[in-house]
Amino acid sequence: MRLGFFLREAMRSLRRNAMPSFAAMATVLVTMLVLGVFIPIVQATTGAANEVRSRLLLDVYMKTDASAADVSRVRARLANETPHVKKVEFVSKKEAYAQERKRNPEAYQLLGTNPLPDTFRVTPDKASNINQLKSSLDPGGRPVDPAIDTVRNRRDETNKILSATRVVKLTTAMLAALLITASILLISNTIRLSLYARRREVEVMKLVGATDWFIRWPFVIEGVVVGALGGLLAILLLAVGKIALIDPLAADFALIAAPDTVNFGVLIAVLMGLAVTLSAAGSGISLRRFLRV
Amino acid sequence: MAERSFRREQPNRPATAPKRPQARGSGNHVIEFRGVSKVYEGGDVGLDQATFAIERGEFVFLVGHTGSGKSTIMRLLIKEADASAGSVRVAGRDLSEIPRKRVPYYRRNIGVVWQDFKLLPNRTVYDNVAYALQVTGRSRREIRQKVPDILRLTGLATKLHNYPDQLSGGEQQRVSIARAFVNHPPLLLCDEPTGNLDPETSIGIMQLLYRINRTGTTVLVATHDHAMVDKMRRRVIELAEGRVVRDEAAGLYTRDETTREFAARMRGAVADPALDPAARGTRHVRERGRTGSN
Repeated sequence: MRLGFFLREAMRSLRRNAMPSFAAMATVLVTMLVLGVFIPIVQATTGAANEVRSRLLLDVYMKTDASAADVSRVRARLANETPHVKKVEFVSKKEAYAQERKRNPEAYQLLGTNPLPDTFRVTPDKASNINQLKSSLDPGGRPVDPAIDTVRNRRDETNKILSATRVVKLTTAMLAALLITASILLISNTIRLSLYARRREVEVMKLVGATDWFIRWPFVIEGVVVGALGGLLAILLLAVGKIALIDPLAADFALIAAPDTVNFGVLIAVLMGLAVTLSAAGSGISLRRFLRV
Repeated sequence: MAERSFRREQPNRPATAPKRPQARGSGNHVIEFRGVSKVYEGGDVGLDQATFAIERGEFVFLVGHTGSGKSTIMRLLIKEADASAGSVRVAGRDLSEIPRKRVPYYRRNIGVVWQDFKLLPNRTVYDNVAYALQVTGRSRREIRQKVPDILRLTGLATKLHNYPDQLSGGEQQRVSIARAFVNHPPLLLCDEPTGNLDPETSIGIMQLLYRINRTGTTVLVATHDHAMVDKMRRRVIELAEGRVVRDEAAGLYTRDETTREFAARMRGAVADPALDPAARGTRHVRERGRTGSN
């Protein structure tokens, strides 16, 4: 019975305060729209940065005269005893020769013999661990196994990629934080304005003997309704944008190797949850100031 | 619980004589101020060592010009403010003992009427009155029964579905009295109830308050309408600069009269003050008020 009463009260005040409610809903709509566009962008950027990082490899060249026993010993060492190793890929002399010859047939025609060594391509577990991995394999330039000739990465490029992608990630994280703060401030401000217009009403309710929560529930429910409406509209617009713009584009151009972004369903759920909780909590908390009568 | 015992005291008898203020048994006071002072932030003195007591069923006027402390007394009584010193007791309970969370429950035992009505602008007359019942968690059926009754009593039976801004000042004040009285509180506080109304309408409002008083409800009216006070001939507590400067019991003229007699006297009293030996005491108030406000 109580719940019914609070629902009716919330609907009544939505009807009677159509303009402020609309303003609050529009605010929620706009911020959710911006967030909905921005979240996939952040994810695509960090995804791209991670993708670049994941291409960082360490080449472990064996000596040209390494035997099969040497190869399997080094492989075991790399796979089992070395920290920070994610994946070890073995490229044998022959495979390397075939690859290179395909790339540059004339030169290899002239060469006749196979000068290429057996090679391990080692992927570190995390891109930022690559330098640590390298120094654990050849501390001070001397390889840990006599059968290893050299351990190499292209140091300059590696370091550039590491720092550049770090900056990209940090920037997007900061932008996301700023945007979320701005949304919270914007929503809470709009709510506070619409409550301020009704502070006298709240005062009268208190003087008549209403408890704080008796007054607050209808406002919270109102916030839920406003938030849900705003979130719903934002999601509709996002869906329209996705279907009309992004999807054809992705199909035609295979958009930048289609970076991994959040599933649209999950995005919808997050936005909806955010819209409802923000505006409900905003109404409930902003009301506190006016309840001190 | 003090709230509950408060409620039990509510006399449910019909229009019998209101209690006379002669009994001084301390247990029987509805309101008791003992050495109450109130100093507002910034040093303004709202009340200075005020001491008085009001019995159950009394009809008491609180007079004095602006800033004399009438509103402070009202605010202390609804616990909108706390006394700086002394004790305020309502139905035997010291208000400073009521924790903040219990204040709403305390307020449900007191009907309050304000000069500016304080109606909810977004609600109809019916809903405004119903709100006071909804707050206490009454059932819809009970509300549907009680609200039309009280609105009929206050003469608003035809205005149920109007919004406050569609009513005259007198009608709005009747709504606010209906709201204050719909719970049948044992105590009704009125802060300048006729401050915004013309004399004829004011008489109607006073008549309504008198009728409520005759059901056994204690009524405390703060006002600076001296003509009204003179005609009503009830107990008068006068304040000046936060002090109680005069507390005049009703004396002779609290003769029990019907509402109709009361109204007739109210309308006629101005014409023949000489016929009325009781007017002598209260004229004193009028003179004081004039010199004060001019």
